[in-house]
Amino acid sequence: MDKEAIRRAITRIAHEIIERNKGTADLVLIGIRRRGVPLARRLAGRIREIEGREVPVGILDITLYRDDLSTLATQPVVHSTEVPFPIDGKKVVLVDDVIFTGRTVRAALDALVDLGRPRLIQLAVLVDRGHRELPIRPDYVGKNVPTSSREVVAVNLAEIDGQDIVQIMEMPG
Amino acid sequence: MPLMSRHLLGLEKMTREEIGLVLDTAASMKEILGRPIKKVPALRGKTVINLFYEASTRTRTSFELAAKHLSADSVNIATAASSVTKGESLIDTAATLRALGADAVVLRHPMAGAPHLLAQKVDCAVINAGDGAHEHPTQALLDLFTIRQKKGRLDGLTVVITGDIAHSRVARSNIWGLSKMGARVRLCGPETLMPPGLEKLPVEKFHDFDRAIAGADVVMMLRLQLERQQQGLFPSLREYARLYGLNRQRLSLAAPDALVMHPGPINRGVEITADVADGVQSVINEQVTNGVAVRMAVLYLLVGGGGGSETDAAGR
Repeated sequence: MDKEAIRRAITRIAHEIIERNKGTADLVLIGIRRRGVPLARRLAGRIREIEGREVPVGILDITLYRDDLSTLATQPVVHSTEVPFPIDGKKVVLVDDVIFTGRTVRAALDALVDLGRPRLIQLAVLVDRGHRELPIRPDYVGKNVPTSSREVVAVNLAEIDGQDIVQIMEMPG
Repeated sequence: MPLMSRHLLGLEKMTREEIGLVLDTAASMKEILGRPIKKVPALRGKTVINLFYEASTRTRTSFELAAKHLSADSVNIATAASSVTKGESLIDTAATLRALGADAVVLRHPMAGAPHLLAQKVDCAVINAGDGAHEHPTQALLDLFTIRQKKGRLDGLTVVITGDIAHSRVARSNIWGLSKMGARVRLCGPETLMPPGLEKLPVEKFHDFDRAIAGADVVMMLRLQLERQQQGLFPSLREYARLYGLNRQRLSLAAPDALVMHPGPINRGVEITADVADGVQSVINEQVTNGVAVRMAVLYLLVGGGGGSETDAAGR
């Protein structure tokens, strides 16, 4: 996906979010660190352009909720979760760049319910690459990308990587 | 940037980057303490043993809460009620801890170097919770964390540490930690309460508190260890309080927004007057809260997985 394709995908997801939730009442967006965060901000920006209303954006760090800490060779650095608004009774749209095994999303769901009791949780991803290991399915998908398990989906976003591009790469080694 | 050692024995050997990593991680842990549900599953299934050879309520409780907030199982062994009174040595205790499958041992011991000995005998992480008059690294880390949160930095600040430096492991750890992070450290107290070998440390020495406190950004008061004052190291408590106690008038000589710190428990009216201890510049209660966050960070970094690096959750 190039810059334009990413922009169009975000616009379409923004419309879908508004349509499915019948507006923006009680809606909040929460991005999963790291690249879910700029995506959530862009979605909020697009929703503001369409509906003229501000949707709060939070940041979720799921490091402390990972179920694979003991199997990782290197320990992830913990960053802060910043959700400065109550999520009780809200419609939460969780935003991430890629969905793969589903374990990140499972951890994010655990983290979210520790912060409060949302009315419902939906999932928006830029890329669904398949290979799920858990019964989790995104509600909004920018692009379905069938991949082999030896491939890596690299999402680059301007806010973090300096440019917008999604590439499929062969795993090194 | 990982921690180099699998143990936390003192700040003397830690690098500036390692200290920074602990403080950054503690900032994330503090966010958890502000939540209605103060629990994350990061250390689920891990066992932390608090092995205390000296009485301590606040440090032990702080470590215990830190372990519980991270979902680790914590066990307290107070040696007054354990086999130690039956004559078991620290090395035998280490063998028992190994057999019990502990992932971390938090050790408080009256002898300097005891955690270093234990670290050689066990497979798990050893965290020094105070060894004799040597080091108390987590207390110093929570002091650094508190200063950094309040002042936004440590670099270039002037910190005066006043009181019984000679018997204070808190002071020793703080001297290493503060100077590594770029703060200027002034030590103040009567000559009899100054440790030998100060000239080798990166500090300035004062006997006159009014001179030492002038313009300081942080005033760190140490507890006067009354139990160690039978040896006549100063003439009387009254005189000590007059010369080295912190009161409002003396505090006015420091920078206007200077922080007042104390590791607790306070001897009110001796090293610090009640109005200053409870005043707006005092961060004494915050130090206690931050202690839990810092200990969570230390447990997470030592017990929570491999070496330590920046990884991304993306693509999983």
